[in-house]
Amino acid sequence: MSSIYQEIILEHWKRPHNYGRIKSPSKKTSVHNPSCGDRLKLEILFNRGKVKEAKFTGQGCAISQASASLLTDHVKGKKAADLEKINQKTIIKLLGVEIGPARQRCALLSLEALKKIIEK
Amino acid sequence: MSKINRYKKDFPIFKNIPNLVYLDSTASSLKPRAMIEKAQEYYQNYSANIFRGLYPISEKATQEYEKTREAVADFIGATRPEEVVFTRNATESLNLLAYSLICGRLKKDDEIVVSVMEHHANFVPWQQLARKKGLKFRVIDIDDQGYLKEPLKSINRKTKILALAHVSNVLGTINPIKEIARKARQISPGILIVIDGAQAVPHLKVDVKDLNCDFLAFSAHKMLGPTGVGVLWGKKNLLDNLTPFNYGGEMIKEVHLNRSTFEASPYRFEAGTPDIAGVIAFRATIDYLKRVGLDKIRQHELRLTSFALERLKEEFGDEMKILGPQKAKDRGGVLAFVFKDYHSHDVAQILADQNICIRAGHHCAMPLHQRLGLASTSRASFYLYNDEKDVEKLIKGLKKIDKILGGTRHE
Ligand SMILES: Cc1ncc(COP(=O)(O)O)c(C=O)c1O
Repeated sequence: MSSIYQEIILEHWKRPHNYGRIKSPSKKTSVHNPSCGDRLKLEILFNRGKVKEAKFTGQGCAISQASASLLTDHVKGKKAADLEKINQKTIIKLLGVEIGPARQRCALLSLEALKKIIEK
Repeated sequence: MSKINRYKKDFPIFKNIPNLVYLDSTASSLKPRAMIEKAQEYYQNYSANIFRGLYPISEKATQEYEKTREAVADFIGATRPEEVVFTRNATESLNLLAYSLICGRLKKDDEIVVSVMEHHANFVPWQQLARKKGLKFRVIDIDDQGYLKEPLKSINRKTKILALAHVSNVLGTINPIKEIARKARQISPGILIVIDGAQAVPHLKVDVKDLNCDFLAFSAHKMLGPTGVGVLWGKKNLLDNLTPFNYGGEMIKEVHLNRSTFEASPYRFEAGTPDIAGVIAFRATIDYLKRVGLDKIRQHELRLTSFALERLKEEFGDEMKILGPQKAKDRGGVLAFVFKDYHSHDVAQILADQNICIRAGHHCAMPLHQRLGLASTSRASFYLYNDEKDVEKLIKGLKKIDKILGGTRHE
């Protein structure tokens, strides 16, 4: 049976990128998945219409943590308008494995946070 | 304990998936051949509606359906089969009751008492009922070991409903229902005692007369029975005075243009065509459980739970926190745990990759998890088809989690 605990996810789970807070973020938000208790805070600093910094904190399973780590890497340097193009497919591609239906919400928690920030 | 589990052969799923390690019977149990064959017997030999046809196969179906009612009544020590109402599941049984009680009986200043260890099915209906009628809603707390904390302190003369789980689906705690019921009645003579037996009836000998409760709810699918069948047992005089929950066929005495009268229980609560095959097959399940013997099942689960508690402690020590009473005799075969700081989703998923089925999350007991300060837990649970080998495989699986996710995390 193939496992979703492959290299990319494990690497980002053990050494998450961009974990922490930004001093004075342009935008921030937090999301919560009550069914498993995962919580995620996402902060973004824009500079001249581009993402200068993106950081997250929170607790969750390896999938949700790895996805937040990967997504914060991914958005850096992107124009605000380009953030809107990020979707489910982007996340799955970043994670590098198929995510079963039971774990979709874990994988997409960081995306939910990003969408919330864009809407603000 | 014998090395080879003698009950496994009665469950066809083990033939189809030989290396299945099923540790989630608390969510739903596996199904014995006898039950599956009984459902098939109905579909192949007398698959007609009940109570309607005057022809032989409908009569046969009706007879078989009613035989299950008798078997269930006998199984839980009820005086009369008419006290057994078939529903879809324990959840529907409890909702039916809460809804029916809204219309009548309760008045302002009355109080409802539940406990913090309840499954949402025995929590939310009462919480909502209390809100709708403006009643006081009290929640019994637990102590540090997972026992109910001074349950009688929440009860006073105004308490009209006490709704409690017999066995917790997370802590495993077996609550002293008989004693609580007896004392609660002394404090509030008019009290209705509602027992959520979803985790008790499958594993322990439950006798409604001995407990002296007023209502008992449980699900067939958690006790080797089919999905789609639940039971609400209630004292006959109480059931007959409850307002029906669903209106329609089968529950009616007379319908006029501007009024209707309803059947007595149990039929007043069984509107529409029920899960006939399920109810009929459920009797084969009850016969099976009786053949094995609930005392034997309890002994088997008790030994297995003691063994698991001991082995897990031996292997993981304090790195594995098992919720609920640490004495096996005070609990059912349910072990909810937190393994190091691993998230329950990761634990369950990595075990799933090894064909080990456990549950992750809050197990529909959010108030309890909030009380414990935990977002989620992992849960392994046992039934008669589990054995020591399953426990050893679980341990091996947990070690693998450590191998995959272990090591320092740098945040
Ligand atoms: C204690 C308890 N009560 C009620 C239920 C609800 O059972 P069902 O989903 O079959 O209605 C469960 C099932 O998880 C349970 O464990």
